[in-house]
Amino acid sequence: MPRSRAALGLTAQAAEGRFALQRCEECGQVQYPPVDSCRACLSGELLWTPMSGRGELLTHTKLHHSNDPFYRERLPWRLGLLRLEEGPVVVAHLHQECPPPPAPVRVTAKLDKAGRGVLVALPTGDTRDMSTDPRNGEFSCDPRFRKVLVTDGKSRVGQALVHELAEAGAAVIWVGQAEPWKKYDGQEAVGKLPQVTVVPLDLTDERGVMRIGAEIGARVDILINNAEVHRTEGIATRAGAELARREMEVNYLGLLRLAQAFGPAMRSRAADGGASAAAWVNVLSVYALSNYPPHGTYSASKAAALSLSQCLRAEMQDSGIRVMNVFPGPVDEEWNQPMPPPKLAPERLARDIVLGLRDGVEDLYPGDVAREWVERWRDNPKVLERELALEAQ
Amino acid sequence: MNDLLQDLLAGIAADKLRVVDLTHTLNASFPQLSLPPEMGQALPYRSEEISRYDGRGPAWYWNNFTLCEHTGTHFDAPIHWVSGRELPNNTVDTIPPEHMIAPACVVDCAEDAERDADFLLTRGRLEDWEAEHGRIPAGAWVLMRTGWARRVNDPVAFQNYDEIGQHTPGPDVGCVRFLVEERDVLGFGTETIGTDSGQAQRLNPPFPCHYYMHGAGKYGLQCLNNLDRLPATGAVLITAPLKLEEGSGSPLRVLALIASDP
Repeated sequence: MPRSRAALGLTAQAAEGRFALQRCEECGQVQYPPVDSCRACLSGELLWTPMSGRGELLTHTKLHHSNDPFYRERLPWRLGLLRLEEGPVVVAHLHQECPPPPAPVRVTAKLDKAGRGVLVALPTGDTRDMSTDPRNGEFSCDPRFRKVLVTDGKSRVGQALVHELAEAGAAVIWVGQAEPWKKYDGQEAVGKLPQVTVVPLDLTDERGVMRIGAEIGARVDILINNAEVHRTEGIATRAGAELARREMEVNYLGLLRLAQAFGPAMRSRAADGGASAAAWVNVLSVYALSNYPPHGTYSASKAAALSLSQCLRAEMQDSGIRVMNVFPGPVDEEWNQPMPPPKLAPERLARDIVLGLRDGVEDLYPGDVAREWVERWRDNPKVLERELALEAQ
Repeated sequence: MNDLLQDLLAGIAADKLRVVDLTHTLNASFPQLSLPPEMGQALPYRSEEISRYDGRGPAWYWNNFTLCEHTGTHFDAPIHWVSGRELPNNTVDTIPPEHMIAPACVVDCAEDAERDADFLLTRGRLEDWEAEHGRIPAGAWVLMRTGWARRVNDPVAFQNYDEIGQHTPGPDVGCVRFLVEERDVLGFGTETIGTDSGQAQRLNPPFPCHYYMHGAGKYGLQCLNNLDRLPATGAVLITAPLKLEEGSGSPLRVLALIASDP
């Protein structure tokens, strides 16, 4: 467990795929490990600052023994001391292809199986593919060779996800379909992929979700929950709660039903050797962070889903299943047609989700709109709320 | 006990009268009426456990279920349609209970619907039917038998959508006006998801069965089962909707009493 609140800062940065350390605003010293006040001048003005990732490997060692069952199964394990370009000397896990010291390395921050931020050193050059080292594969949730469930294969995002996963080398892709009598363009092409098995899945149907969970739950390695109901209504634009209830039934309660049907089996298979259960992905929305009034009830349902996914993540944490929340801005799909560009292409969203799985991140803000939105939200959530209210007028 | 009631019970006990269940089982995959996506939608049938002899209730099993007034085998009251909105006793809680037991005339259109999913029942066909079976009595149900119930386990075939829309059989305008204006029937029943045909929004007026039947205080029955077990005439239907305040319709158990030897 982290010993201080400051130490969780590294985890929070790694959760979004960033390697950052605290830099002292007074004297410029970069801090490692994270602290509450500057080691050099005792100032409390410490700002999390992205690191270049360039470092030099000073020494390395191989762990041949561990009391920790996780490491014991994965011995020998390479560790090293390295000096960052920014100054500090840090401890990091070493990718097996890192040359012996002294050697330049690329330093990244990853979440380990327990969800803690740790430093991982890679050889310089393009080694996005963490899985070339089976041990470093522990930091990734690469869909290659894995069995994936996409909960809605009909929508444009769902179809793009299935194609992207097939491209990424997923071994099996189950594709959920609700209301089989409604057909969507492109649906047939998805069904024809050799990896794909279409399964009836309607997140409003508790018994149906439990049934599919019983049938395939013990084999699902990655679950991507993209099923949603999305309409463009606020409170005053639509009488009654019928529509809002349908959004909640799928976007919020649907996640709860899925988590109860699939969560336990996935948790128990997280350390299942090479073909382990690895990740749970919720496709949320940036509107989960702050209500976008023209899509007001939808925003509320996504905020509820975000809160529930935090509960899911906490419950999954000790198992090693990564819960990744995805916060796209407006996606170029049916119910966003009246919105002006820029809109996120479903194909781009799908690609970013697969990259996010490979990188093992926990929170993903795909596209410029989402990144700009989350920056504004971080800067001042109250100001963002007011801005969105003005935009809605 | 009154002799009439005694005879009825004796008839059932001696298997001289049979009770036929015209109702489909409600489950989560039962095909649901589906409107254009920007409109309000009818909830499909869903059931969630409250407890099953477990920590949530150790000695008992029960469920909460949700559904629309128009889910599964169901009854349409006149207030369902705008044409019937001002009529007296137009809701399921106010319709006279005497109307809940009534004779039925069954018009066999199974071969026609097999040939053409958009088959429309006409006045001419009803006149042919009357020539064979006699005049349709006032206050009777007219049931359109199409064989559609056989599709119920295949929701895609039951709904029968293509890029144009839904293709299911139903009555045409002349048929409905004849039944309402010249025969004063109690209502119209079908095996499909609506009393109107799948393409009835293209008729004039759109959805004529809803428009004229409910406008005249008549009722509707939808998603009926086992119509092939009924004689053309002579069956008596028991159709008691739930007593929902201001209800526009209701799922219900539809029973038919028939004589076992015709």
